[in-house]
Amino acid sequence: MSSILQAKDVVKKYGDYTALNKVSIDVPKGSIFGLLGPNGAGKTSLIRIINQITAPDAGEVLLDGAALQQFHVKDIGYMPEERGLYKSMKVGEQVLYLAQLKGLTKSEAKIRLQYWFEKFEIMDWWNKKIQELSKGMAQKIQFVVTVLHQPKLLIFDEPFSGFDPINANIIKDEILQLRDEGATVIFSTHRMESVEEMCDHIALIHKSNKVLDGKLTDVKRQYKSNTYQVGIAGGDNQQLRKTLNDKFELTDATFKSIDDDLKVNIKLQNGDTSNDLLSYLTSTGQVNHFVEVIPSVNDIFIQTVEKNN
Amino acid sequence: MNHLPLIIKREYLTKVRNKSFILMTFLSPLIMIGLFMLIFYLTQLNNSKERTISILDETGTISQIFTEDEDETTTYNILKGISLEEAKKQVQETEEYGLLHIPKMTSTEEIAEQIKFYSEDSPSQKFISRLERQLSKELTDVAMVKNGVEVELVESSKMNVAIVQESFTGERTSKFVNYSKLGFGLAAGYLLFMFIIIYGNMIMRSVIEEKTNRIIEVIISSVKPVQLLMGKIIGTSLAGITQFLMWVILGGIMMVVFSLVFGVDLAGMQTAQQTELLAQGADMNMQMQISEVYQSLPLGNLVVAFFIFFIGGYLLYSSLYAAIGAAVDNETDTQQFMMPIMVPLILAVYVGGFTVLEDPHGTVATIFSYIPFTSPVVMLMRIPFGVPLWQQLISVVILYISFTGTVWFASKIYRVGILMYGKKASYKEIFKWLKY
Repeated sequence: MSSILQAKDVVKKYGDYTALNKVSIDVPKGSIFGLLGPNGAGKTSLIRIINQITAPDAGEVLLDGAALQQFHVKDIGYMPEERGLYKSMKVGEQVLYLAQLKGLTKSEAKIRLQYWFEKFEIMDWWNKKIQELSKGMAQKIQFVVTVLHQPKLLIFDEPFSGFDPINANIIKDEILQLRDEGATVIFSTHRMESVEEMCDHIALIHKSNKVLDGKLTDVKRQYKSNTYQVGIAGGDNQQLRKTLNDKFELTDATFKSIDDDLKVNIKLQNGDTSNDLLSYLTSTGQVNHFVEVIPSVNDIFIQTVEKNN
Repeated sequence: MNHLPLIIKREYLTKVRNKSFILMTFLSPLIMIGLFMLIFYLTQLNNSKERTISILDETGTISQIFTEDEDETTTYNILKGISLEEAKKQVQETEEYGLLHIPKMTSTEEIAEQIKFYSEDSPSQKFISRLERQLSKELTDVAMVKNGVEVELVESSKMNVAIVQESFTGERTSKFVNYSKLGFGLAAGYLLFMFIIIYGNMIMRSVIEEKTNRIIEVIISSVKPVQLLMGKIIGTSLAGITQFLMWVILGGIMMVVFSLVFGVDLAGMQTAQQTELLAQGADMNMQMQISEVYQSLPLGNLVVAFFIFFIGGYLLYSSLYAAIGAAVDNETDTQQFMMPIMVPLILAVYVGGFTVLEDPHGTVATIFSYIPFTSPVVMLMRIPFGVPLWQQLISVVILYISFTGTVWFASKIYRVGILMYGKKASYKEIFKWLKY
């Protein structure tokens, strides 16, 4: 899979402060890419460089293999975290203006805008002013503004903040559909559950450095600790625990179960496989629950950040 | 991609369609004319007050000059055969305006020193001056007769001098023409001053608006900040010019309508200064003077220079206004940054005005017409008096070079400032932005 966006050793300094220290990312075409990191890590700085709002002090950014240039703005749709619209301007007029700034002709923009407004069933907003709309409604308009010029690369900074769950779902589905139609999406967010749900690639930036990146499944594989969650019944739970404790590294586990099982996490030593464990367990008692513990993005995030502190 | 026309169009239309803008466009001339009319009416009301004064003339001769009334607003009541105390009492009772007492003395000098005016409230200075003028003339005549001087001879020997000024190249001028030139210059300079303040503020507000609406980041992911900055400045300026033109047209129409409806003689509305000036050049008639002013004004130069300096000066300042807007989060924070803008502007108008009045080609006036922050105003004030072309050219070049400098400076601050939210900008902070 070729990459649509490559940042190579990007450095950005504000005075004495280094916001990005040789950060490289590689966003594969057609992926949903999660750009993660605590507040102030440098995510927004990187996104602003990709959008050519600021220029990097060193390093380069390639879009589709070519160094970024002014005309590339039409290939990128950006929804910033600090977003808004002209309050006293009418909705239709405003979207047309912003679309024209992205290089669409007025008639072209009108046709596409009609499509989106009909899709969202908001045709009657056309002549309303933004200040007459609710925050959620304005966010919808903001989304339309971001995608109207059919960019190859969509960048969303905290896209779901300000949406109620129903509208957040609508937007999520739209983003997935755009991806299916060939667009690449970069997500910058703190909401780990949406990363878990949508992203197939992630990069984690912490204190101006990239500390982790790759395909989400690879990252998870890398972070898993060969631990299995086990529910086992063997008569005397205390006795069973003692037996297992002699052989493995045990921690307590909690999960819902209808049986009165011994619930533990078992960490395997190097060399042992899940099959070895399972065959041992079946010889010891009745195995009702057996599942590998895969770290959530949230766990990985916290673990990585704490490790690098 | 050049989006400048698109941005200009949006900025212009948003300003022009704004309700308060439309309201101000139509209301301002009404308010101004209304105020003008009110002042005119009140002044007339004040002057046309009818007064009655009593005169106790112990000499019996001097008061005869008060028999015929000069402006028909004052009635003179000559008292005879009563004492000063009785006269005072009488005037107080009848609530007349006052009592003029001319004592009987041996010499005219003594009389001149002893004349008194008694009144309830302190009298109008204008009225007192008129009395003094009338009395001095009469007493002078009396003294001259006493000293054996023939009054008619003195009158006919009086010479009135109005120096005709002529340059070596033969251009004639007069005091009246000079005052008119100064008027032209002051008007042009003041116009620019007002324009900068009104529309510079408008640009600043529009930058702040984009920041507080948080739309700025969406926009500058599409266009370069410098382009947005220029579009804003040009769009707002065009809106300003539209408003100014509307004011001129509406003002003109309303002047005509008012003068027709209320029958106010516009030509009669002359200030005291103008009347005085006319009196000094009494040998020339009005028509001639106007044509002389018209001929001696470097009109072509004035018009061209007006546009060049107006645009240059306005752009210079408005880019600074935009920079201030970018540096702050809301309008209340702008105060600390306004000083460096206002000081040179006010300096230009006042120092410029006074030094040009003193000597249009004096050192201070000349230097001020080179400094870019004051040159637009001061040069516009000087040009009616004729400024050598090379001086104007140097000034224009300095102005436009400085303009590129301030735009560079402003766009630097603008680029960084518009993305800074919630951070209170200080001069130190802004200085740091220049290096980003």
